[in-house]
Amino acid sequence: MDITSVFFAIVTIVAIVSALLVVTCKNPINSALSLVLTFFCLATYYAMLDAPFMAAIQIIVYAGAIMVLIVFTIMLLNIRVDANKKHTHQIVLGSVIGIVTLLLAGLFIIKGNVAAPTGPITPEMIAQYGHTELIGTVMFTEFLLPFEVTSILLLAAMVGAVVLAKKKLS
Amino acid sequence: MDNLNNYLLVSAVLFSIGTIGVLTRKNAIVVFMCIEMMLNAVNLSFVALSRHLGNLDGQVFVFFIMTVAAAEAAVGLALFISFFNNRESIDIDDANLMKW
Amino acid sequence: MFDNVWLIPLFPLIGFLINGLLGKKIKNETVIGSIGAFAVLCSFIVSVMTFLKLIGLPAEERVVNVKIFTWMTAGTFNADIAFLIDPLSCLMLLVVTGIGFLIHVYSIGYMHGEEGFYRFFAYLNLFVFSMLLLVMGNNLLLMFVGWEGVGLCSYLLIGYYFHKKSAGDAGKKAFVMNRVGDFGFLLGTFTLFWFMGQTHNVWTIQFTEMAANAHLLPTGGIVTVITLCFFLGATGKSAQIPLYTWLPDAMEGPTPVSALIHAATMVTAGVYMIGRMSYLFIRSPETMMVVAVVGGCTALFAATIGTAQNDIKRVLAYSTVSQLGYMFLAMGVGAFTAGVFHLMTHAFFKACLFLGSGAVIHSMHGALHHIHSHDDAQDMRNMGGLKKHMPLTFMTFLIATIAIAGIPGFAGFFSKDEILWYAFANPLHGDLNKLLWGLGACAALLTAFYMFRLVFMTFFGKCRIKEGAEKHLHESPMVIVIPLIVLALLSIVGGYIGMPKLIGDVLGGMPNYLEHYLEPVFANANEYMKAHAHAEHHSHALEWGLMGISVVIALIGISIAAVLYLVNPELPKKFTSAFPALHRAVYNKWYIDELYDFMIVNPCKSLGNFLWKGFDVLVVDGLVNGVAHVVMAFGGVTRYLQTGQIYNYAWTMAFGVVVIVGYYLFK
Repeated sequence: MDITSVFFAIVTIVAIVSALLVVTCKNPINSALSLVLTFFCLATYYAMLDAPFMAAIQIIVYAGAIMVLIVFTIMLLNIRVDANKKHTHQIVLGSVIGIVTLLLAGLFIIKGNVAAPTGPITPEMIAQYGHTELIGTVMFTEFLLPFEVTSILLLAAMVGAVVLAKKKLS
Repeated sequence: MDNLNNYLLVSAVLFSIGTIGVLTRKNAIVVFMCIEMMLNAVNLSFVALSRHLGNLDGQVFVFFIMTVAAAEAAVGLALFISFFNNRESIDIDDANLMKW
Repeated sequence: MFDNVWLIPLFPLIGFLINGLLGKKIKNETVIGSIGAFAVLCSFIVSVMTFLKLIGLPAEERVVNVKIFTWMTAGTFNADIAFLIDPLSCLMLLVVTGIGFLIHVYSIGYMHGEEGFYRFFAYLNLFVFSMLLLVMGNNLLLMFVGWEGVGLCSYLLIGYYFHKKSAGDAGKKAFVMNRVGDFGFLLGTFTLFWFMGQTHNVWTIQFTEMAANAHLLPTGGIVTVITLCFFLGATGKSAQIPLYTWLPDAMEGPTPVSALIHAATMVTAGVYMIGRMSYLFIRSPETMMVVAVVGGCTALFAATIGTAQNDIKRVLAYSTVSQLGYMFLAMGVGAFTAGVFHLMTHAFFKACLFLGSGAVIHSMHGALHHIHSHDDAQDMRNMGGLKKHMPLTFMTFLIATIAIAGIPGFAGFFSKDEILWYAFANPLHGDLNKLLWGLGACAALLTAFYMFRLVFMTFFGKCRIKEGAEKHLHESPMVIVIPLIVLALLSIVGGYIGMPKLIGDVLGGMPNYLEHYLEPVFANANEYMKAHAHAEHHSHALEWGLMGISVVIALIGISIAAVLYLVNPELPKKFTSAFPALHRAVYNKWYIDELYDFMIVNPCKSLGNFLWKGFDVLVVDGLVNGVAHVVMAFGGVTRYLQTGQIYNYAWTMAFGVVVIVGYYLFK
């Protein structure tokens, strides 16, 4: 029962509880804040998995940009607390599907065999070269094209956002 | 990696909680947040497996998922605002013009 | 030599095209009528030229096939557009074009003022064209084209007054009954072609080739089948029992149509066909007996109906059926020349009678129209005493009536008497001969009776027309009267070309021109008869005696008619009230139409109804509509997949993911 496993257990519990809070809170602001907490836990996971760059990006992009955007929107729209609830049968069916998904995924994970580690990257290499440099090397050699295309995607998103949220001039 | 299964299970749990949230909540923005949670669960899976297999491809893919999620957030929230301007409500059950 | 015979059918065809296509624009009646009449006149002139050329040839060579072009060839089957010029077809050409021309001229006056004037002449020309094809065709297929064509024109012209339902119905009835007969004609053609080809490897439907190979045919058996099929066709076209009921109804058409088609030409097509294939018919004794018996029975049967009719055209229609019966009787006893002779003389006097009745009707109609009465212009009970108002019409009508009654000196006597003699004295039917003669004699008695009844009721006695109309009765215009005069003259002199040998010897050796003329046509049949049938020798005294009896019969008929309708007009009413049931039966045509309705028409209609309501609506429509209903039901179920609600779509997506994962998990 070493410190790593305990730490892992604590982070897991926090992540799952905050995820449940996201789903159950009546006030959307509370859901948003819970989601931020979940993202932080995930960032911790990435750090534990020898991927500090991913952890940093997770916080910057998700918790920092996307969640801020969401909170802005909630406040912009001045949303009241949910007035009507969903019908009971919808909630039940939705939960059933969710639980079935969990069971199947769990079964998959337990029964599946993962392939043996074959790649060149080892924790020692990550410690030696730095995760960012390694990611950078792969990104700008093998995955250069998707990288460039992504920039166009972001351009399209920007234009779309501007056009959609504009009030009509008349 | 010996606790790969743990990471994958956590990822599965987060994913299913996200699914329940999408199907259960009425507020469109909360639904959107649950979708983000599902994406993140998948990100966790990718990173864990990439660490296990010793390959950085998984993490590069996570990078792209995040980019796409960001773009999607921008456009999606703009859509919500536009929807709200039309209907004064953010309830997804009010988006029912296709209902027969 | 005969290179221009193709002009004969061409002229009426051109007339039809001009009048049919441009007639509506040419408003001038005289022009339209002249085009129609002139076309037939040109055909008549070319026919006369052909006739003169033909009799210039020696007797053995008088059979010419003139090929225009090859129509179709398929393996062993060959049919050309080719014309057969021989004595019989030349005779028919002269009759058709000559009488056709006279009737065209008559129609210019009769149809004056009718709407659709051009239509009448177009159809009439088309009819002449088809009839010429029928008569001149050198193979069964071309003859059938003409056969069908005349049937079509008959339908078109009977239904000329198409606004009247009865006219349309009559046209349909004629056409449908004709089709039943045509079925027989086709069956006969097919069987003949197949039989000759299969057994003797002679694949032909051309008349001259058939005649040349006739000796290969057996007696009876398959030949009986073939000839009975052809005879069925003849009964349809020539209105014999059982397919005669269309002819009286065909009087709905205008009178010139009745004269041309239903007296002089189309109805003789059956007789012509049997004459054309005499070598075929003679080889089946059974068919010959059937033809003779049917002919005799029809002659008597139709004559009985004719005695009680009141419509002037109906009487003439039944008279036509009866006289056609005579022609078939002649053909059935092997007297082919006599049959064709009677065809010719009948064409003359029957056309004259019909045209005369048309003139009477025209006058009556005009007179009744003047006083705004709706009385029937064709009902003889409204006529009477017309001879002082229409003297020329009366004279011609009387001449034609004397001819049809069979009084010596006029055309009808020679032809009818020859038929009766051959009915009695032919070598084919043994003891049946006396019965056949008896049928013919009774029919002759009734013919004389009802024809003179018609004359007395129409032209003699008190004028029974409605008050005030009598002074409007007048003679018809010249364009109507002149054809009547020509036909009346022909009714007198037409008979002298066929004088029987008996009388000819007495009159200083006058030969039977017609018999010599037609000899090559019927040579094959006559030879066969001589070889296979035992000809009894009959004395001349017997022949004179029978001739005398037929004259006496005619005179008896005339005197009965005179007593009943001239001397004592109250007598017929007493007679009919004494035998009401008999009178009713005869007046209602022995209820044959009702019998056909019951036996054939109504079952067909029920079958049609059943197939419509039971099969087409329930099964076919049910199937098609059922498919639509199934699709609709299916759609009704599957539409719930697309509710328009976001929750449902999201749930379905999640469910899909579960299914896929489950599949890969449990594979």
